[in-house]
Amino acid sequence: MTLLGFLVLIAVAAIRLRDLFAVVMLFGVYSLLTAALFMNLDAVDVAFTEAAVGAGVSTVLMLSGLHLTSRWEQRPKRSPLLPLLVVGVTGAVLVHAMLDAPFVGDPQAPVQTHVTPYYIANAPVEVGMPNMVTAVLASYRGYDTFGETVVIFTAGLAVMLLLGIQQGTHNRPGLNAIGDQLVLRSVVKLLVPAILLYALYVQFHGDFGAGGGFQAGVIFATGFVLYDLAFGEGDARTVVPPGWLHRLAALGVLIYGGVGVYALLAGKPFLDYSALSADPVAGQHLGVLLVELGVGITVFAVILTIFYAFSGRGRRA
Amino acid sequence: MTLFEHLPVLVVIIPLLAAPLCVLLDRPVLAWLAALLASWATFAATIGLVAQTASGETISYYLGGWAPPWGIEYRIDTLAAYVLLIVSGIAAVVMLAARTSVAKEIPADRAARFYAALMLAMAGLMGIVATGDAFNVFVFLEISSLSTYALISMGRDRRALYAAFQYLVMGTIGATFILIGIGFLYMMTGTLNMADLAARLPAVSNAATISAAFAFLTVGIGLKLALFPLHLWLPNAYAYAPSMVSVFLAATATKVAVYLMLRFVFTVFGHEFSLEQMALHYVLLPLAVVAILSASLVAVFQQDLKRMLAYSSVAQIGYILLGLALMSPEGVTAALLHVFNHALMKGALFMALAAVMWRVGSVQLTDLAGLGRYMPWTLGAFVIGALSLIGVPLTAGFVSKWYLVTAAIDAGWWWLIPVIAVGSLLAVIYVWRVVEVVWFRPPNPALVDQREAPLSLLGPTWALALANLYFGIHADLTTGTAETAVASLLGGLR
Amino acid sequence: MSDLPGIYNYLIVVFLMMAGFYVVISQGNLVKKLVGLGLFQTSVFILYISMGNVIGGAAPIVAEGVTVYSSPLPHVLILTAIVVGVATTAVGLSLAVRIHEAYGTVEEDDITAQDRADDETVGTSSTKDAAANATSTEDAR
Repeated sequence: MTLLGFLVLIAVAAIRLRDLFAVVMLFGVYSLLTAALFMNLDAVDVAFTEAAVGAGVSTVLMLSGLHLTSRWEQRPKRSPLLPLLVVGVTGAVLVHAMLDAPFVGDPQAPVQTHVTPYYIANAPVEVGMPNMVTAVLASYRGYDTFGETVVIFTAGLAVMLLLGIQQGTHNRPGLNAIGDQLVLRSVVKLLVPAILLYALYVQFHGDFGAGGGFQAGVIFATGFVLYDLAFGEGDARTVVPPGWLHRLAALGVLIYGGVGVYALLAGKPFLDYSALSADPVAGQHLGVLLVELGVGITVFAVILTIFYAFSGRGRRA
Repeated sequence: MTLFEHLPVLVVIIPLLAAPLCVLLDRPVLAWLAALLASWATFAATIGLVAQTASGETISYYLGGWAPPWGIEYRIDTLAAYVLLIVSGIAAVVMLAARTSVAKEIPADRAARFYAALMLAMAGLMGIVATGDAFNVFVFLEISSLSTYALISMGRDRRALYAAFQYLVMGTIGATFILIGIGFLYMMTGTLNMADLAARLPAVSNAATISAAFAFLTVGIGLKLALFPLHLWLPNAYAYAPSMVSVFLAATATKVAVYLMLRFVFTVFGHEFSLEQMALHYVLLPLAVVAILSASLVAVFQQDLKRMLAYSSVAQIGYILLGLALMSPEGVTAALLHVFNHALMKGALFMALAAVMWRVGSVQLTDLAGLGRYMPWTLGAFVIGALSLIGVPLTAGFVSKWYLVTAAIDAGWWWLIPVIAVGSLLAVIYVWRVVEVVWFRPPNPALVDQREAPLSLLGPTWALALANLYFGIHADLTTGTAETAVASLLGGLR
Repeated sequence: MSDLPGIYNYLIVVFLMMAGFYVVISQGNLVKKLVGLGLFQTSVFILYISMGNVIGGAAPIVAEGVTVYSSPLPHVLILTAIVVGVATTAVGLSLAVRIHEAYGTVEEDDITAQDRADDETVGTSSTKDAAANATSTEDAR
């Protein structure tokens, strides 16, 4: 309840403030509180992702967007009457809808009594992994997740088309670094290996706990971004040259799609992992491992592409 | 399973996987070849699906091997196959012309990624049509939307950027409304599979939550299909996009949104709920009438021909919704026919403008005076498309308007006939303005030595123009399919 | 949240959704519109996750001694939706950056004013715009 109260306050403040920097920071806090709320509601995977993506990636992106545009918003000249009317009507329909909705937490709600029981009863057996979210995400609804990977790839492609990409390797150590700060650099040097290691853990541990390819890709990219910020455009770009990122992003989609096509060639439906092994559960395991790897690679490459595209644009401006 | 049984998923994943391939190939020519092959392979596969569903069968395909409602299902009936055919057919023709047009309009270092985005837009649209799962609709909607925003922004005018941004905001509001609608449906039924939803909804159809779901889905899809007055993003988006993108979008994107509306209104909610409880037709009817009259009128005053055609599209969507609003099998058949025929006519018209753009570098009416003398074939095809747009007998446009008028008379709504007549008259006026300028004005001195467009653009333009004539004369091909589709869609409405 | 039965949760979520929606449609600044879209979508995520919750349930990861789990399906859907949301934000911001380069502003009123000024000088403007956009394309290489 307190969390929801905070969210309301932030939403109201975001409407009123004209300083966009403050608005974006509030958005970050909003996402983080939402993540906490998701923890409360037993959605650990979602909380993890919301914290990494909503509070992390989105906020950073918005800040770089602000850096390249302008920080202060003009006082609007138009009348707020029409928007208020639209929002009022929409809100009224929503409130009306809620009157007949099952209560939060109702064990007799249709969401709990249809389809869900099947997953809870069978996912650990059929797919063979304790984390039902991963089982549903990567197997039962693996095709949605394939689409999700393609959405990320599309976003990367769109940013490349709009802002361009840097070709080849730009090894210019020190350029664009935050500054010559010894403490910062030492801390980053210690942190980056831990971050990358943690990303690998998240990547391959998604079957058992919260996590998976998406979160891992984000964290892995964060490690590179951090190194880039502290040390400038140097070694991080030698390890993964910016000119190769779009190929990596495409590769991730092809790995995921490739698993699907392999099943297809084996005479099974698209993305049927049982084609991968004689033992269906082992096939599921292998399939989930491979598609999560594809997701991780694409997400990592796209997030880094977007970061490089925005920072490259900033240097020119 | 044989390859033939995989057709439902192949028509989506061929273009989908062609996109990363285009990125890897990285060279404009190679990427174009990959996209061309993919679009024609998809077209061929779709023809297979049309054949399989020709007499009203429904094909179900379990993705990942999981049975619905636990897994995601692809479900192709006659209607879906018919719309898939429109999308893949137009894409195949567009890809034929794309190499020439893209080489001129898109910087070479981005052409490969441009083709990739085009393939993603196509795959997204195909996925929306093929799926039988409500949430999967949202995912593929976003694939097509995000790639479309990027494609529009590649236009040469800086207004393309702002048009793309406006579309992004409107499109995302629409998608979020759809997400809310799907959420409410899921909340009340516990399922996302459309067939399962259809089976479980009647038990809870009195809940306010379901009415709200219906309202949010209608408005969300309405934003996507440019339902008047939610059409404001469309004219600039079509006008400032690169030529090939305008052809592809004008011929396919709103059609898929119409399909989605039919799917939810008839398959998921069922016509009893949509019509008797929600009275959808009383909402659609006035909006359709206003769209036909006002958008046609605005089109008359446009100087930019792509913008003129874009407003005309808003009006044509009005005709399609008019057919839907009649809510009789005849009316819905007319709407479906117009979905197909409008794709043909707008495809031909925008393709002709792409050829003009390639030669002259402008589609402002004032720049094109006397152009008919130099590009008679291109503008000849334009005139055929325009005649079809007006609804002259022996063109495809006549067939759908004829069905629409008949359906209106059958429903006893005589007053619709003057509306259709005035709309057609306005189309005559805005088309005549063009004909008068390009054929009867003394040539613009800047056009001297202008020649006919190259065959790579002229061929696809004429293919689409001739299709307008072919389906105008052999109307039984389309009407037969449309009637079969409507019969399985409406079931017992008769 | 399970200590708070009833629909109050949902009513607050409705308020949050509408606050975001209001920012999108009322504000003229393109970046603020994108923040609004983010708020709107994030609030819809809360709606979905609330649906999946069950009183006395646990996170849907098999653990000993747990019999009641929250539904994993809304979690899966929202994981996908979060990704879609950030993808939209990235594309929208790239567009805003390019608009700022082409128009020198991200305020809707200023952009439409410039477009209107261009309309009044039709002919000369279209070539100028093409040149402006072409240079920024050069830049991006």
